[in-house]
Amino acid sequence: MKGYNFAYLDEQTKRMIRRALLKAVAIPGHQVPFGSREMPLPYGWGTGGIQITAAILGASDVLKVIDQGADDTTNAVSIRRFFARTANVATTTRTDEASVIQTRHRIPEKQLNEDQIIVYQVPQPEPLFRLESSRIETKRMHGLADYGLMHVKLYEDIARFGQISISYDYPVMVNGRYLMSPSPIPSFDNPKMHMMPALQLFGAGREKRIYAIPPWTEVRSLDFEDHPFRAINAPDPCGLCGATDSYLDEVVTDDKGGRLFVCSDTDHCAERRAQGHIGADGMRDAAE
Amino acid sequence: MSGQTLISGRGLSLSFGRVTALRNVDVDVWPGEMLAIVGESGSGKTTLLNVLAGRVSPDRGIVQYRDPEDTLHDVHAMPAPTLRTLHRSDWGFVHQDPRQNLRMAVSAGGNVGERLMARGARHYGNIRAQALDWLAQVEIDASRIDDLPRTFSGGMLQRLQIARTLVTHPRLVFMDEPTGGLDVSVQARLLDLIRSLVARLNIAAVLVTHDIAVARLLAQRIAVMQRGEIVETGLTDQVLDDPRHPYTQLLVSSVLTT
Amino acid sequence: MAYVAVKGGERAIDSAHAWMAEKRRGNPEVAELSLDQIEQQLGRAVDRVMGEGSLYDRELAALAIKQAQGDLIEAAFLLRAYRTTLPRFAHSLAVETTNMRIERRISAIFKDLPGGQILGPTYDYTHRLLDFGLTEPSANAPAPTEPPDDASMPRVPDILGAEGLLESVGAPNREPGDLTRQPLTFPADRDVRLQALARGDEGFLLAMGYSTQRGYGGSHPFAGEVRMGTVAVEIEPAELGFAIDIGDIVVSECQMVNQFKGSKTAPPQFTRGYGLVFGFSERKAMSMALVDRAMRAAELGEDVTAPAQNVEFVLYHSDNVEGTGFVEHLKLPHYVDFQSELQNVRRLRDEVERLREAAE
Repeated sequence: MKGYNFAYLDEQTKRMIRRALLKAVAIPGHQVPFGSREMPLPYGWGTGGIQITAAILGASDVLKVIDQGADDTTNAVSIRRFFARTANVATTTRTDEASVIQTRHRIPEKQLNEDQIIVYQVPQPEPLFRLESSRIETKRMHGLADYGLMHVKLYEDIARFGQISISYDYPVMVNGRYLMSPSPIPSFDNPKMHMMPALQLFGAGREKRIYAIPPWTEVRSLDFEDHPFRAINAPDPCGLCGATDSYLDEVVTDDKGGRLFVCSDTDHCAERRAQGHIGADGMRDAAE
Repeated sequence: MSGQTLISGRGLSLSFGRVTALRNVDVDVWPGEMLAIVGESGSGKTTLLNVLAGRVSPDRGIVQYRDPEDTLHDVHAMPAPTLRTLHRSDWGFVHQDPRQNLRMAVSAGGNVGERLMARGARHYGNIRAQALDWLAQVEIDASRIDDLPRTFSGGMLQRLQIARTLVTHPRLVFMDEPTGGLDVSVQARLLDLIRSLVARLNIAAVLVTHDIAVARLLAQRIAVMQRGEIVETGLTDQVLDDPRHPYTQLLVSSVLTT
Repeated sequence: MAYVAVKGGERAIDSAHAWMAEKRRGNPEVAELSLDQIEQQLGRAVDRVMGEGSLYDRELAALAIKQAQGDLIEAAFLLRAYRTTLPRFAHSLAVETTNMRIERRISAIFKDLPGGQILGPTYDYTHRLLDFGLTEPSANAPAPTEPPDDASMPRVPDILGAEGLLESVGAPNREPGDLTRQPLTFPADRDVRLQALARGDEGFLLAMGYSTQRGYGGSHPFAGEVRMGTVAVEIEPAELGFAIDIGDIVVSECQMVNQFKGSKTAPPQFTRGYGLVFGFSERKAMSMALVDRAMRAAELGEDVTAPAQNVEFVLYHSDNVEGTGFVEHLKLPHYVDFQSELQNVRRLRDEVERLREAAE
């Protein structure tokens, strides 16, 4: 784009971000402070993820951007356009075609491979922030791996509800050392982070932190031996493609309690339907 | 006293500006015994407690702790993580105000369980069973396990703090005026409780108090402090029945006359 | 009706942008605003946007205000996003406000003082009556002018400082911190705190400063001096080894003088809170000085009890570009997480139901 560097950020800023990324990869799960820049998109809209993507994007990369698992949600469209415009890179909605995937709130259903990088947008990198508001104190807790407090929260859940009641942004231990926020993905996606072949990068622009999980790294969701981690999902199959193993969105179809459950990952659903899988409502859809 | 000390201070000195809080203090605690540090406010007893516990560094002197493997550690040269681990496993600290130690937004059971979880306990059922056991030991009804501490009375809060501290069976507990601020009948019950728990679990303790009667009831040995110095030390009964130092005599007589 | 996955994000965005542009222009029969008009006639808005946008450029600020339809936080955001693309060549030397070309200078702590009290262009003593004369264009009678006063205008704190009554501040001997390059870390030094306040939201600082006057961390402030005017900005390029003047800017400076009891080792002395803001922004400079002083509580051995004294709280929440982004991001879809919560609540309710049935 005229008047701007490739992928918007100047090269010095990109180098600074890459240095932070290298440090983050070297210390999996540790939050690295970085000189987050003001971006032309608002804080909370993915400025951290955008800065990481801008710093790692090359001319031959193929970019996929999803929000809530979908390529066509407005924010995903806006970010994809931003990079199409400022970096002129190819974009795709196909998970397996993308070399870089920027995401808000989901991990694609299809297993990612070693040649891919997934960039998470993170609103709040500090997993302990609800329990301890001072960052001076939480920094000390991370330094000393003093995470009893997080388990106290889980204990309190079980004491009150009979089960752990965290359904998204479910805290994980990375490489047995750092407690980490997986970003507000549904806990359904947590197991995908464990031993993922792809590099996972996390950017929090407003909070000015970067962290990472290198490929093939242990990522454990916190739990108790007698109350093991359980992912939450709707019990139904996808109404369009019949998938039973994907995360489902609930769509209100009428005002009489009508509900339809469909894949949140739009690419996954489309691919399955192209292969001929049809769900209960997909029949009607196709008939019309 | 024979055998090896659990924790020892040698030549401890500390000043805050022109105020001398500690002046060349030597102190020893043996395994399983309770040492009371008495003196009036401003005598340096709480400072000494904090220096022994590694919470405040002395200007001069050394504090050494002997771990279960018989290795001596210089408390003030320890890396922060090691000291913190010590504080949440082998050691305990009971504050005068239990609110300083308890998490007021966490249930009684969670408060007792935290140290277990910090030490790696990951079985909810076991953690809860231990919390229930400890609530019983400090005479808090099992039905209160899921209640928040803010619904507890002052005496219950202090007992909850003791349960939270002792649940990991520490070898050494620091207590800062644990019965201060409680009314007399509540104090008596709490003192009985502390005495029986400490004896049964064979815990060593350093107790700071301005109350000679508390020291007499709980502690085998006593150290009397005045203006940052230990002016007299020995077996509690001997020191209190036959005080040698004028200041100790004054302290003892002031108790008898009131 | 069968469900059809919602498509059309692309088209929706384009249409929304077109609609917004139309709304911004308003009725095309009304003359369009020029940047000159904004810059000249909405000067206080331009000043605020330059300050919160951290970029001293009146024309760009006017453009941002026009583009944002007068939404000043949005305008500051536009300016920041542009600023971030600019290379940083140097940092300036501390501006010498003693040599300010003064347009306004008042002190509340002395009746008169060297250089005098200069009211300047202020609303302070106007009666707040809507002036219906402004509904129609009219030629303004020129303001009376006086020959420029060459009297030197020492800064009031320097007058107190000469007597040792006011704490001295050491001269900065290192490059100041820069929040636009380095993230905020704690403990945050005063240079960084002041930068954050100078960029901070005027309304937030006003509320925080105000709270210190109402018993939340009070420090007995006096407006030692407020001065506004033009100062020269100098940089010292390493390759030159001496300072060069790169231009003039208008700033507002406030020095609050606050009581301090003294301690055993320090004799009683006044302490200072400092505010410096781009343009004519006296309200913000004064608020900044109050909050700056409040945040020094710990350093001066005072109890930290009030919100304005909580450095972490103030610094993390003073930036309106960060704040507006995160508050407004709640508009973005959150249905994936909400779906998790929905299933979660159903599961929890089922459990309660099961227990109740078991009990019966």
